[in-house]
Amino acid sequence: MASLTQQRRAGAPWLSPPSMGIRAVKAVVISLIVVTMIYPLVYVIAMSFAAPSQARAGVVFPTEFSLDAYRAIFNGGTVTQGLTNSLFITVVGTLLSLAATSMLAWGLARTRQVPGAKFVLVMILATMFFSAGIIPNFMLVKYLGLLDSTWSLIIPGLISAFNMIVIRNFFQGLPEELIEAARIDGAGEWRIFLQIVLPLSKPVLAVMGLFYAVGYWNTYFNALLYINDAEKWPIQVVLQQYVLAGVQIPGAIVSPDQPPPPGVTLQMAVIVLATLPILIVYPFLQRYFTSGVLTGAIKG
Amino acid sequence: MSVKTAARPETRTARASGPSAASKRKGSLLQRIWRERWTYTFIVPGALFFLVFAYAPMLGNIVAFQQYSPFRGFAGSPFVGFANFTVLFEDPAVLQALENTLVIAVLQLVFAFPAPIALALLLNSLLSERLKRMVQTIVYLPYFLSWVIVISVWQQVLGGGGLVAGLLDGWGVSGFDAMTNADTFKLLVVAQNIWKDCGWGTIIFFAAIASIPNDRYEAAAIDGATPWQRTWHITLPALVPVATLLLILNIGSILTVGFEQLLLQQPMVGSEAAEVLDTFVYFRGVLGGQWGVATAAGLLKGVIGTILVLSANKIAKRLGGEGIY
Repeated sequence: MASLTQQRRAGAPWLSPPSMGIRAVKAVVISLIVVTMIYPLVYVIAMSFAAPSQARAGVVFPTEFSLDAYRAIFNGGTVTQGLTNSLFITVVGTLLSLAATSMLAWGLARTRQVPGAKFVLVMILATMFFSAGIIPNFMLVKYLGLLDSTWSLIIPGLISAFNMIVIRNFFQGLPEELIEAARIDGAGEWRIFLQIVLPLSKPVLAVMGLFYAVGYWNTYFNALLYINDAEKWPIQVVLQQYVLAGVQIPGAIVSPDQPPPPGVTLQMAVIVLATLPILIVYPFLQRYFTSGVLTGAIKG
Repeated sequence: MSVKTAARPETRTARASGPSAASKRKGSLLQRIWRERWTYTFIVPGALFFLVFAYAPMLGNIVAFQQYSPFRGFAGSPFVGFANFTVLFEDPAVLQALENTLVIAVLQLVFAFPAPIALALLLNSLLSERLKRMVQTIVYLPYFLSWVIVISVWQQVLGGGGLVAGLLDGWGVSGFDAMTNADTFKLLVVAQNIWKDCGWGTIIFFAAIASIPNDRYEAAAIDGATPWQRTWHITLPALVPVATLLLILNIGSILTVGFEQLLLQQPMVGSEAAEVLDTFVYFRGVLGGQWGVATAAGLLKGVIGTILVLSANKIAKRLGGEGIY
């Protein structure tokens, strides 16, 4: 089990390939892992397109397909409303979070020169080790009058201390000469930030943006806690209601003279709709897994 | 881990007016503040954010010592000393929640904690770089799905009326439902955790493996070490610092076990198997209206968690490890 990346193997003729037996065991184990990871998702996606006759337990993969479930869901409106709400939270939240986080990161990038910056930094880092708890947070949101407002899902989590540190680290690695030159030329902090720092930091902003976006899209508990009005629920709460709590999807009919699609197919379709944006964003996220930006980020 | 970066001496000495750090220091504090006035426009809003949304709620914990009622508010509610805590210790539901929390946490440490290490070693042993990338792409994905999605998907596959139940039904075994079985629920929770996070957890170990100099393997191979021996004596020791760090973080959060995950599944398996400290706080406080008792539980949990992470860190340092700060 030594480290045998291709590159290493090419430069390391002393490594002999493993025996057939070991290779067979590895192949089986890895196939099992891959199937366990991916099959449940493939199953759900496939079943959401299954024709009514196929929508029963025990069908491993449907053979007849239909779009009725999606038609019915979009006719119903509740799921569409949930998706719209989540989209708003995700887009607005991500933009605001990126703006607030990068501003703070730039402000705290030079703790040496700026009196008090070090203190603020330590205070922010400390918040990573404690949390006030569910009820005090609830009371704060209530006190601020944010209950039942979409903003309660954005504002309390606007800046993640961890993401701020990652961006700050990136800022500190930017070429100093460039920034100093701009200062000598008389550029102010804001101009430097907007015209030099941000354009140079696109990679880290992209990664952090994607992480914020995934977080906002997946918002569930805060919505459960802060939002009573079903009209304002994000898609995760809608999904929980229809799939896990077993509430019927209202108005889920394809047309008046046709029986509604089976409940299972509807549930699968809601799961797929709630997952879709993540699946779309995933390939972009994935580019950074290997580029090192992320490993650096995780290591802090 | 991040505090270390904070303590790192600044490399930047950029100031237009002051050519060196030393001459800058000469200015009085007020002068230095004035010079950086624009920088504060970056810092103050963010600092206020943390003050309001991270520090201000701490004050809300005062409710733990009150007979709180939302109508009377903080100021109007009578103080009751430690009465809420006494109620907690006498409530069998709290003991049940604590027991569930600890059992799940221990199962996580035993099964879910080593899983990414094993997976990283396995993937790292693959000869084909392309196959490795492919597998990585697949195993990282569930990390990005919300718990609602994960549990919905599991429900469709392992729940009653789900895929597996249907297959077993065809073979004459009826009534399979892994999602509502209270006896095996804790193992189910751990399995879900491994499914969701194990792949993502390998990233940090891959980074550690990549930093091992190749000549160590070469020297060992030339001296006749088998692949297993090389893994045991070279790869694994290199993973120890990272693993220690993660272990510390895990121990610090031992009282916090998958809140959303359990909250979502509790209606299906019942509170006896699925009540943990966090869900207790939510159900008792927010839904049940016993604000004081629930806040006391939350506060106690928070304090113990902080003590745990600080002591785990101290122990790791004493054992010669790095610690997180």
